[in-house]
Amino acid sequence: MNWTPSTREIIATGPTEMNIAVLSGKGGTGKTMVSVNLAKVATSSTYIDCDVEEPNGHLYLKPENLIREEVSVLVPRCDPNICNGCRECVRFCRFNALAFSLDRLTVFSDMCHSCGGCSAICPQEAITEHPRMIGYVESGQSGDVCVRTGVMNIGEAAGLPIITRLLQSLSVPKKGITFIDCPPGSSCSVMESIKNTDFCVLVTEPTVFGTHDLDLVVELVSILDKPFGVILNKNIEGELNPSEEYCLKKNIPIIGRIPFDRELSSLCSEARIASEESARFKELFQNVLNNILETAG
Amino acid sequence: MKQLLILSGKGGTGKTTIAAAMARSLNVKACADCDVDAPNLHLLLNHGGVEERKDYYGLPKAYIDEDLCTMCGLCTEMCRFKAVNVGETTTIDIRTCEGCGLCEEICPSRAIEMRPVVAGDLRLYADPNNGIFSTAQLRMGNGTSGLLVTEVKRQMIDASKGIGFAIIDGSPGIGCPVIASISGVDMVLIVAEPSVSGLSDMERILDTAKCLKTRSIVCVNKADLNSELTARIRDRCREREVPYVGEIPYDPEVIRAVNRGLTLADTECSAGDAVQEIFKKVTELLFGRAAV
Repeated sequence: MNWTPSTREIIATGPTEMNIAVLSGKGGTGKTMVSVNLAKVATSSTYIDCDVEEPNGHLYLKPENLIREEVSVLVPRCDPNICNGCRECVRFCRFNALAFSLDRLTVFSDMCHSCGGCSAICPQEAITEHPRMIGYVESGQSGDVCVRTGVMNIGEAAGLPIITRLLQSLSVPKKGITFIDCPPGSSCSVMESIKNTDFCVLVTEPTVFGTHDLDLVVELVSILDKPFGVILNKNIEGELNPSEEYCLKKNIPIIGRIPFDRELSSLCSEARIASEESARFKELFQNVLNNILETAG
Repeated sequence: MKQLLILSGKGGTGKTTIAAAMARSLNVKACADCDVDAPNLHLLLNHGGVEERKDYYGLPKAYIDEDLCTMCGLCTEMCRFKAVNVGETTTIDIRTCEGCGLCEEICPSRAIEMRPVVAGDLRLYADPNNGIFSTAQLRMGNGTSGLLVTEVKRQMIDASKGIGFAIIDGSPGIGCPVIASISGVDMVLIVAEPSVSGLSDMERILDTAKCLKTRSIVCVNKADLNSELTARIRDRCREREVPYVGEIPYDPEVIRAVNRGLTLADTECSAGDAVQEIFKKVTELLFGRAAV
């Protein structure tokens, strides 16, 4: 392999263990494209796809030797022979997951948050909990990148337990950088995804939409006190970039500029990894990675 | 009132751009933005008129009275969400708390109480010329986006007496807020993107809409950026018997228009012409005839 000096420097200084989250607020700004390319230019890295509703990183990385683990949540089941119809559980459940009608308890599993309250408080001990599968986590290898993908089943409301499972692997010490590809938005699933990260990469695009949602995630990472920097994606030379103006005004470090480029967009549309297909893009992402490591200290 | 919801599965395919163009060009008098995580439709619809703001309360969250707490640790042990931490005092992480109320129920010293917490802002605009626009913003890191989405739609519907057509801009993904937004709408317009990711995400949102027994139709945005994948999306729609209502070319003019706060209906460009054709087909499918 042909290392450039910048790559050698990374290996020499050795960012042994570091978790970097990639997020954006707005969807489609290039989170996955950035994450997979950074994972490839870093050595022996890990890529975790926390966008469990629409996971796409595996389409680029095509991991092999896949190991699948199912993710389940606990939902209540009531033994009608023990239940005396006191309805304490129905009164307790704030998620409207329980109803008592026609002399028996009905459980609406998709409303249940698995708090375990109904089974804990049932005076007759008539309620037990049983696993219900909501999705799975798949681990595999793409070259020297370890790939973990979470997939939520169609029709499920909440993927948070899958994200939690995905990130359990963070507690196992490992060499190299872990890149966490986050879901869009700024809700609880994004917060969970970035909770244990050392640095956040915010990817934005040159539209007022991109800027508006960048502002939301800047607020989010600031609340959690995470160091962060911005990548200006789909940058058009000579055109107004409201996200760039925003960063300059707010003194936010710009850690990368990725041009809007027909070749790059064509590679991405085919889920090909640009940094592996062209020296030009390899250098671009290596520079971005170096900037991240420098900014993250 | 016929309700058309715009979704995509994948983010950033052009939902909001298309929703705003459609609202403007068909003079639609009721609109809602159900992307409560990262709402953007207001940036293009700039509704005037009377603004009504309301706090949105999600589920009440646990609050501990330190004077009553005896540090017995039962709440920490029972909380499945790891929201209760015992240190020098017992504290509750309001962001992790899902509001189940178990700690309140079991606390032997009655030190815990569930209290309402503002989880977002709801806004409703009523303008004699532009009609009704309902939108909301969820507070950072909150989890009850489905309930807020339902509220956004409800306040639009309540304010839209006598209006026959509503456009609702949705959020990316296939989970809770998307499921809440699909409930009760007449049709879902899916804006797909010609990429391997876009195709995969389109399949998952089509499956989700089907699971909820709601009719879907598909259009492709930035179709010429990869015409081979556009053809694959077209083929998949035919195989799945989902109406395919057209293609919009990549047009740099779209970004310029959006950045000036203009919709595609306010600007002359090739993408603007293409969406008109799509709107005609959408209204034919939705109303069984072309809209006036």
